[in-house]
Order: sequence, then structure tokens, then C-alpha cells
Amino acid sequence: MESSQIIILAIVVTSLATFISRLMGAITSQKVSVESKVFNWFNCVAYSTLAALLGRMIIFPAGVLSESTLIIRILVVFICISIFIYTKKNLVLPTIISAIILSVLTSV
Amino acid sequence: MINSKVFFQGLKSLQGSRSPAIPLAACFIALGALLKDAGFNLQQSAASSLFTYALPGQLVMAESLLVGASILNIFIAVWLVNFRLYPMTVSLFPLLVHKSQPKWKYYLSCHFLAVSSWLIAKDSYKKIDKKNRIDFWIGVGVGTWSTAILMTIAGYLSAEYLNKDMMVGLAIVNPVYFFCMMIGAMRNISISIAVILGTILGPLIYLYSAEWSLLFAGLIAGTVAFLFGEKNGV
Repeated sequence: MESSQIIILAIVVTSLATFISRLMGAITSQKVSVESKVFNWFNCVAYSTLAALLGRMIIFPAGVLSESTLIIRILVVFICISIFIYTKKNLVLPTIISAIILSVLTSV
Repeated sequence: MINSKVFFQGLKSLQGSRSPAIPLAACFIALGALLKDAGFNLQQSAASSLFTYALPGQLVMAESLLVGASILNIFIAVWLVNFRLYPMTVSLFPLLVHKSQPKWKYYLSCHFLAVSSWLIAKDSYKKIDKKNRIDFWIGVGVGTWSTAILMTIAGYLSAEYLNKDMMVGLAIVNPVYFFCMMIGAMRNISISIAVILGTILGPLIYLYSAEWSLLFAGLIAGTVAFLFGEKNGV
């Protein structure tokens, strides 16, 4: 197969593998009541899966983020969370500052 | 068909001090540049964000292609990393359901489900009248989705101007934004346990099984948090 065909096939397969989870979720949602225990369980699992993904992105990053050192990444996350709390939940400031600090510290 | 006032209210969540526009822009610019490196052309890069619109899965796809993984392996790896979208949808959509709304809106708009749009919707659904919540969600989704596609194109086109240090800087923005959003969401003990335990278990289980780590960490941490909440009545 040509490389452009492989790329197109990869895009189709990736999109399908992603949409399955979303569609299954939408179908299950029709039967789940907000007051039910099942809903609460899904809510906890959703938050913890997301947290697991983020923890992994910081500790074992894929791609370009792995060019920086672990200590610096953890430091940046802590500084930015502190800014977020200190600025009463402003999200724009910590995100911009995170990029600047990490770029500077990595290039030193 | 769609309540335009509420739709635009959703779309406007891209503005202000809690806007997801900057982190979304940062990570999709980085993705656009990465896809160019992986041999994608401009149309393919845009199509990837248009049809997949889930960053971790797109990263897995690009990296798998670079190491020459098979299509089946790509499917499984992407499914495992994006499986989080299933519990995320089930923990959001029941909040948006209203019997006067047609079902197709739910089945089509589930494509907009990504971490940024999910966190915004979870943060602000209470402010919207129950009948119109799905239209608010479609507004949020259209805003975040189109930002992602446009920024993938921008990243692809500006790839040669981005040096490695800038790319590293762009890549940290997204996890920082999500961490902040999640800390803002820790309003009760069970969500707090879910977030803290998930953050610890994710990388820990990764040491034993890279592909299954998210699924197991999510299930274990989420169930522990749920049981704790049940026992303590929260």
C-alpha cells in the first residue's frame, strides 16, 4: 500500500475507534438516570480515568514533552496550580505561564 | 430546531478567564506540526482533527505510524486510550437529556465530547434551563471542535517556525489546563478521591501495562471513590 493510503486508513480507523466510545456513551446515557448510583459511579470513573491520563502525561509523556525532565514538569504543574488557586480560578494565566516557564527551563 | 440563544451562550464559553481556547490552540498547533513530521499532508491533518477530535488518540496514531504499527494495532491502541470518552459521555449526557429534544441531537453531538468541552459542560450545565442544555452543549462543542481543526491547520503551516523548546512549551499547556480544571471540580470527597487516586494509579499501573493502564486505573480509582462516597453519604 502507498503511504498516503495507509495514512487515510489510519485516520478512518482512529476516528472509528474513538467514535465507538462516544456513541456507546450516548446510547447508555438514554437509560441512566441522574439520581441513580450507576450515574455516580460513572462520574467517579470518568474523573479518575481522566486523572490517570493526566498523571501519565506528566510522569511518562509521549512525544515532544519527553524532551523535558520530570522534575521540571512536576515543578511547572505545581507552580501553575498555585497560580490557578491564587488567582481565584483564572485558567488563562496559568496555562500561558506554563508554556513560558517550561520553554525557558528546557532551553537552559 | 436549535435554540440559537442558548447555542451562542455555549459558543461564548470560548471567551473569558476560563476559556479553553488557549490550551486547545496550543495542543492542536503542536499536533499539526507533529502530523507534518509524520508525513501527513494538510488535508489529512485537518481531516484527522475533524473526524477524530481526541488528542491522545491522534498522538497514538501518529506515533504508531512512525514506528510502522499495523492498522489493527492502531485501532486497539486508540480504542484503549480513548475509552475514557465512554464513562465521560455517560457522566455528562444524562444531565443534558430532555424528552422534548430529538435523539439525533445526542447521537450526533457526542462527537464533540472531549476533555475540554466535557469540563466546561460539567462546570456550567446548572446555569442552563434543562430543556435547552443539549443546545448549549452543541454550542460548546462546535466552538471547541472548530478551534481544534483550525489550530491543527495553523500548526501544520507554521511547523517550520516552531523550534523544539517552543513545542515542549506548547505540549505542557494542555495537561496544566486540565489539572487546574479538575482541581476546580473537586467539590466533594468522592470526586477528590477519584482525581487524586487516578493521578497516582495512572502512571503506577503504566509501569506494568502501558496499554491497559488508563482503563484499570480509572476503574479502580473510580470504584474506590464511589464506594467511599456511598459509605459516607456524599
